[in-house]
Amino acid sequence: MMDLLDKYDALAERRRRMQALGVETIGVTMERLLSPTRAVIDGRETILAGTNNYMGITFDPDCIAAGVKALQEQGTGTTGSRIANGTYALHRALEDELAVFLNRRHVITFSTGYQANLGMIAGLAGPGDTVFLDADSHSSIYDGCTLSGARLIRFRHNSAGDLDKRLARHDGEGGRLVVLEGIYSMFGDRPPLDEFVDVKRRHGFALLMDEAHSTGVLGANGRGLAEEAGLEDDVDFVVGTFSKSFGSIGGFGASNDPRLDMIRYATRAYMFTASPSPASIATTLEASRQLRARPELRDRLRANSERLYRGFKNLGLDLCCDVVSPVIAVRVADEPSAVTMWQALLKAGVYVNLALPPGTPINTCLLRCSVSAAHSDEEIDEIIALFARVVAAQAGLPVLRPSTVAG
Amino acid sequence: MSADTDAVFKVLCELLEPFNSARVTLTPETKISADLNIDSMAIMDFIMEVEDKYDIDIPLNELSDIHTMDQLATYVSALMAGKEQ
Repeated sequence: MMDLLDKYDALAERRRRMQALGVETIGVTMERLLSPTRAVIDGRETILAGTNNYMGITFDPDCIAAGVKALQEQGTGTTGSRIANGTYALHRALEDELAVFLNRRHVITFSTGYQANLGMIAGLAGPGDTVFLDADSHSSIYDGCTLSGARLIRFRHNSAGDLDKRLARHDGEGGRLVVLEGIYSMFGDRPPLDEFVDVKRRHGFALLMDEAHSTGVLGANGRGLAEEAGLEDDVDFVVGTFSKSFGSIGGFGASNDPRLDMIRYATRAYMFTASPSPASIATTLEASRQLRARPELRDRLRANSERLYRGFKNLGLDLCCDVVSPVIAVRVADEPSAVTMWQALLKAGVYVNLALPPGTPINTCLLRCSVSAAHSDEEIDEIIALFARVVAAQAGLPVLRPSTVAG
Repeated sequence: MSADTDAVFKVLCELLEPFNSARVTLTPETKISADLNIDSMAIMDFIMEVEDKYDIDIPLNELSDIHTMDQLATYVSALMAGKEQ
């Protein structure tokens, strides 16, 4: 009989290899947070450039005050699911606030962004239906699809033509759901939404947009890629998270279809988990108001992203995306180079994400940066300078590939 | 293995080659995931190549029942036979 944990032998070997190089694979420990962009790691003050804290409002005094007030008045946790004892007036208030922010009539909140995709996709699609998902979709989308019991067809990343071909092959039985993301989390690229909407008008399907990385970031009002593209009416369902631009934790599903509410009675990721804590809901609510009231945060984020993007380009780094986005991923030749550079960056005082296959598209090794509106110009310049130093120290190693090789 | 399945198997071997970095010798009994030690993303990318080659859909939810090259070849040739009817 095989031991259950034997299947992890190859994984354990990979971890041993990483630890031998000095990489703590479960993630670095933030010993002390100093601000949205700085923390003490391994005893050193470090610039954070891999937090997805796009608006940089995790230390906003009003958000903190709202959280403290909710904590004091409503306690530490709800101790129950939304369908039992876990619905507070605050949850309702947040859903009303998000309906205004997102300009959608109906909103459901979930306890995490991961659960929002799980709950929305498995709630919408079921056995007999077909879900078409982009090849580079986030794991929560894959898992929601698996949980749904629907037929799963994967199309080539960002290719409306490839989706078109697969829809044409489909027998037309059951409902059809297509899932796209506003900004893809690893490369920071975005889909050609107009082309996908054109395919939608010809074939007919329900379109779900995961705007996890684009809510607050794209569009004049921060509603995401669909707003920026002027195609919100063509998007039937929106999913998002509170753990990025909102600086809290939780997620949402939104739609103009009043039947969205039925998902509350059917989807297990909503029904069988505790509702978000009062403090999380209160800080999200205040963050949503700020995202509406302070468009300058978006402008600041855009300026910072452009500054870092331009700086990296000037260094000759191989970037994964040809449009400026708050996710800026530097492609590195192989895993040992990526690990060496990532460690050197951390020791020099900047934290970025080390992203390796299979968590990345097309087998790439990445030093993934995410920009915050809270970064100062000086911090962005320092990140660029530290990359320059680390790249220079890598001379002789196959660090950079010409961007023409990029897939 | 029928003649059709055998022909499909040969094509599958060609399509799998770019993903077979350990250069494992492919036989009908080769377990695609376990024997080649390739990750889930690579398997899905390989399946996409097969779909495009034959202009068929192999839904991801049906992959859990397909382990060996022979099982995949049989699945593909059955789909192709269905298309020709």
